[in-house]
Amino acid sequence: MTGQAETTKATGTTVPLLSLTGIVKQFPGCLANDRVDLTVLPGEIHALLGENGAGKSTLVKIIYGVLKPDAGEIRWQGEPIVVQNPNHARRLGIGMVFQHFSLFETLTVAENIALGLTDAADRKGLRTRIAEISRSYGLHLDPDKAVHDLSVGERQRIEIVRCLLQKPKLLIMDEPTSVLTPQEVERLFETLRRLAKEGCAILYISHKLEEIRALCERATIMRLGKVVAHCDPRQETAKRLAEMMIGTALKAASHQARGEANGGPRLEVKTLNLKSEQQFGTDLKNVSLAVKGGEILGIGGIAGNGQAELMAALSGEMLAASPNAIVIDGTHAGKLGPRERRALGGCFVPEERNGHGAVSGMSLSENAFLSGHIRRALARNGLIDSGKTAGFADDVIKSFDVRTTGPSAEARSLSGGNLQKFLVGREVKQSPSVLVVSQPTWGVDAGAAAAIHQALMDLADSGTAVVVISQDLDEIFALADRIAVIAEGKLSQAIPIGEASVEQIGLLMGGMHGTSGGRDVASA
Amino acid sequence: MDQVIIVSFVLSVMTASTPLLLAATGELVTEKSGVLNLGVEGMMLVGAIVGFATTVHTGSSLLGVLAALLAGMAMSLIFAILTLTFLANQVATGLALTIFGTGLSALVGASYVGTAVEALPRVLFGQDALVYLALVTLFVVAWFLRRSHRGLVLRAIGDSHDAAHAIGYPVILIRYLATLFGGAMCGLAGAYMSLAYATSWAENMTAGRGWIAVALVVFATWRPIWLLVGAYLFGGIMYGSLAIQAAGAINLFGYPLVVPSQLVSALPYLATIVVLVVISRDRARIRLNAPACLGRPFHAAG
Repeated sequence: MTGQAETTKATGTTVPLLSLTGIVKQFPGCLANDRVDLTVLPGEIHALLGENGAGKSTLVKIIYGVLKPDAGEIRWQGEPIVVQNPNHARRLGIGMVFQHFSLFETLTVAENIALGLTDAADRKGLRTRIAEISRSYGLHLDPDKAVHDLSVGERQRIEIVRCLLQKPKLLIMDEPTSVLTPQEVERLFETLRRLAKEGCAILYISHKLEEIRALCERATIMRLGKVVAHCDPRQETAKRLAEMMIGTALKAASHQARGEANGGPRLEVKTLNLKSEQQFGTDLKNVSLAVKGGEILGIGGIAGNGQAELMAALSGEMLAASPNAIVIDGTHAGKLGPRERRALGGCFVPEERNGHGAVSGMSLSENAFLSGHIRRALARNGLIDSGKTAGFADDVIKSFDVRTTGPSAEARSLSGGNLQKFLVGREVKQSPSVLVVSQPTWGVDAGAAAAIHQALMDLADSGTAVVVISQDLDEIFALADRIAVIAEGKLSQAIPIGEASVEQIGLLMGGMHGTSGGRDVASA
Repeated sequence: MDQVIIVSFVLSVMTASTPLLLAATGELVTEKSGVLNLGVEGMMLVGAIVGFATTVHTGSSLLGVLAALLAGMAMSLIFAILTLTFLANQVATGLALTIFGTGLSALVGASYVGTAVEALPRVLFGQDALVYLALVTLFVVAWFLRRSHRGLVLRAIGDSHDAAHAIGYPVILIRYLATLFGGAMCGLAGAYMSLAYATSWAENMTAGRGWIAVALVVFATWRPIWLLVGAYLFGGIMYGSLAIQAAGAINLFGYPLVVPSQLVSALPYLATIVVLVVISRDRARIRLNAPACLGRPFHAAG
């Protein structure tokens, strides 16, 4: 850790853009920031690295004026300041892209962006400026779409454009790449490098170590509320960075060498056509797939190409036109709702953790009951068997290392990664015959992601047919036996993972299987 | 002759729909900011009696209308303090506000039963200023919500108070203002009932119009123009039901059909709800227009 000396040297030569000294933030029952120091120089790309719960989000919220520190000093361009609120931060020149997006669901893209601009003068000719920025930085956006019909990836672009419109001096990015395709990530990096060259410093929070090594010049590593190391990520290996972050050696998820998947398909979709219920959704067109027991099928694709509709069709939230369009373990399930499909052995983890996967205001026990009561028989004579339910929740918490106070904790009190571990664990523990997961590790740190990946592989090894819908190609290549790509509501043929190349998949993502080019590629 | 009937029909419909329109416009703004105030009926009644009593004592209907407006605001301020500052449950507090307003207005109004006042002065086409104020306010509110930046901020806060807070908008302050606007409009609606519609005071004289106003907002899927449709529909059927009651029976192919008067009185309420339910069945539109944070308390973390 030679970083300490390097930092001192660096701060000696230039006035830092931002420097924090001795920041302390105490939450009930947890010291989120314990005397944290951080220095960001003008025009540098600085990584803030750490597991979930390490206190990174708290720290950037303090910088952005959302939270007030209990102690410590913030200096902005050498002057000691108190950031009153986010408006103040924006006036200073600090922009932030949130991990949990600060977007308004029922408003349009243009309205959302206007809300982030506090100065009336900034809002003049907004639509043309949105168009300009999205063109020059390759962030395609339709200003008139309502946010609730957009995918996670598209939502993120709104936040980025909103920040860029304010010409910030410091841009804070909280886990920005989790849902982008390789091409999109590369484009984002070009944007960020260009911004840095233009003099805008970037504070980059991510768990993706390879990205940090490719992008960042300096890194500050946090663990359990404290700064544990400084380094130059370009000089370190990803493994070394992960070890600094977690404090112990990282165990890579291992694939059991599986032979030919045995027997017939446990999940089958036959030429499924489905009209989207969303105003700007994507209709599914002739989607067919088959997954055998013991097999993991990865479904890649750019956000908003029909993943939400496919997930809804598989889980039974949207019903198919004919019963035999979807077959679970030989039973025609196309017209069965989610409860009946669960009874057949189908388990589902949706993309949205809060509000869809879990009821935020309910305890983990209650959430465990909601999806598990059929397969785990948690109800007795129409009443909740609370002992058994708490036992089930506790079992999930223990075997998936969910960090929480216990089964009675509210779902919303958990950090993203921990809640995701709980939700995946809740379904895995029901020993399903078919498991469909959407975005299993979106916004989840490396440790939790590895645990989730391992659980999915173990489940497949035990004979379950697993479908992983993900926009993270690295994840699909690490997990899946075969990969199919969804573009504009059409699903490509599944290719064995060994025969697939990133370039080929990238082309499929652009919709290059017998149709016109996909909109994202077309707009690039 | 026919022309006279049509004119009198239009004017009666406007008269019957004005209190609904005033109250519903206020409630719309309140709900768009994410606050569910079910105390509309109570605020209307308090506005009605305060406006009435002020007019009786001062002889000025203008002062009466102003006093009703302030009384409505005072009622909504109680609601705002309880729910926004002390985070009380909005549904329960709203219901309590209605019960409180009903009781308070009956108590204050006991000595005014049987007193009459002169109706509000006519300004145009034999209608008073409040009728036109109701229409103008509705269009101003529609424009404000749709086109102005402040209106956008208000909608944004109703949609996601956490996101609005994260960006740095004063959630609680704006909700206070929206709630007070709602109260003022309900006060006006009450004043219209006692000073223009009935020109007298009777206990519980709003007869559920406050509840219809709340329902109108929901079934109009929070869009001002549909409020107008709903309110005028209510007014129109109200006029029709009064005509039926006056005639005593409907002439059905020469046979007199006697409809129980209770059913006839209920008709405007019933028909308004049924029609609005039918036209508001579009799920996408509800999702697009309903304030997602409606009725949820906001507490800034940290």
